[in-house]
Amino acid sequence: MTRGWHVAGGPVIPSFGRSSACERSNGWFCTDWLQHHWGDTLQPALVQHIELTLIAVGIGFAIASGLALVGFRWQLFDAPFGAFSDFLYTIPSLALFQLLVPITGIGVPTVEVALVSYTLFILYRNMIAGLKSVPEEAIEVARGMGFTRLQTFVKVELPLAAPAVIAGLRIATVSTISIATVAAFIIPQGLGEPIFTGIQQNLFRTEILAAGMLAVLLGLTADGLLALLQRVVTPWSRIR
Amino acid sequence: MPTEAAELVFDEATKVYPSREGAAVDRLSLTVPAGDICVLVGPSGGGKTTALKLVNRLIPLTSGDIRIDGASILEHDVVELRRSIGYVIQQVGLFPHMTIEANIGTVPKLLGRPRSWIKTRSAELLELVGLDPSYAKRFPAQLSGGERQRIGLARALAANPSLMLMDEPFGAIDPIVRARLQDEFLRLQQELRKTVVFVTHDIDEAIKVGDRIAILREGGRLAQYDTPQRILERPVDDFVADFVGRDRALKALALRKLGDLELSPATGDGLPRLAADTSLRDALAFLVAERRDALVVTGTDGAPLGVARREDLLR
Repeated sequence: MTRGWHVAGGPVIPSFGRSSACERSNGWFCTDWLQHHWGDTLQPALVQHIELTLIAVGIGFAIASGLALVGFRWQLFDAPFGAFSDFLYTIPSLALFQLLVPITGIGVPTVEVALVSYTLFILYRNMIAGLKSVPEEAIEVARGMGFTRLQTFVKVELPLAAPAVIAGLRIATVSTISIATVAAFIIPQGLGEPIFTGIQQNLFRTEILAAGMLAVLLGLTADGLLALLQRVVTPWSRIR
Repeated sequence: MPTEAAELVFDEATKVYPSREGAAVDRLSLTVPAGDICVLVGPSGGGKTTALKLVNRLIPLTSGDIRIDGASILEHDVVELRRSIGYVIQQVGLFPHMTIEANIGTVPKLLGRPRSWIKTRSAELLELVGLDPSYAKRFPAQLSGGERQRIGLARALAANPSLMLMDEPFGAIDPIVRARLQDEFLRLQQELRKTVVFVTHDIDEAIKVGDRIAILREGGRLAQYDTPQRILERPVDDFVADFVGRDRALKALALRKLGDLELSPATGDGLPRLAADTSLRDALAFLVAERRDALVVTGTDGAPLGVARREDLLR
């Protein structure tokens, strides 16, 4: 990190080295600050933020898929899995980060465990809802025409559940991008980091605003890309 | 793959659900000759759909046997058995995520047919069921109910099965379209000569499409298995008579045409004229309306074939 991270207390010394008039007067949006600090502050934060999100959603998707397969095949497990993911989702993120520190330490794993646990609720619920929404007659005909059980699942149930699964993926991704800013409480990574630094440096507006806007833009972009994926993967779902 | 129509034999076929009292299908024995349409009809609880699903083993037999061309369905691998039988249901069950072409090609694809073969076959079948080839690339949601049911039929025919199972195929379609689909189905059957098991709760549909009708009563017992004509004219008991309805005499008349009668060789001057392909029911209605006792039957060229009197119609 090129910028210092202040774990607790300590004097906050803003770096006014090359500060412009705009910076000194804490203007709303100092373009010269952006030019100077894009490379050493915002860009790395953005990349870290994307990494944090991708890992969280990826692992969350894998775990939710496994749970959903079991919960769908053996209905008995559906209620406990659902309740567990609900429970994780209700824990306030700040509290969860702090609760995890004694177990996983101060580092990326702590943040990822928390982020993953938030994706589970949305992903699991959407996967189960998608699989349950498959019309019964389509399954009956598939069996009657000679699909094996596995073929029925792979060729009929999975593709028909896809719109709900991708919808879940969109919500999970966007909310992870949002929650990941709070990760800066634990580790100096992601777009939360410049926001916190800005707050600590006498509420330096430009830095807070720029990082916040980047987080919003990232969320919108991810949502747009996944919407595009949905159109490509499930062209039939737009026809109603 | 068998392309010839198959003979289907139910031999004491029985289905008992452990959770329910009495049988759903009780020692059902009947033979459907190759190329015939056998209609299973009866009140709800008569086990018609259960009997149908016994054939493709969607419901396993409790006892007895079902044979297709002499071979027990239990000897076949269940997946292969199902791929060799056409299956159509009331809700159609088209796959919403597949194009019409892919839907029609479902079973051929399972059987490993090449893409080009499936493309040609689905175009062929679209034409057969009276739909434009441009439907191939559409999705089921873009079709009307009647069109979807045609695709359901085309899909069932795709691998050229020797036996078709049709579970209330026209049950969810409005009466006008239903009548048209029935006519088209019968026209197709003239051409294809499949062995068909057709379930309906509608006795009029049964009379219209069936070569033979099996009437099932509560508890899945066979009440009568006969041609529509004989069921209407000689119901074996009150249950069958009640089921076919008080107007069974008129329904029987509807099955025969003026041309089927033995006509008196008279010129019949001054009598009204009707074509030989008029049903006896319509001819009788005509005589009643016109207050006449006889009419002249004419051939397709309009030439008189002979005279039919009112009592000839009712004989």
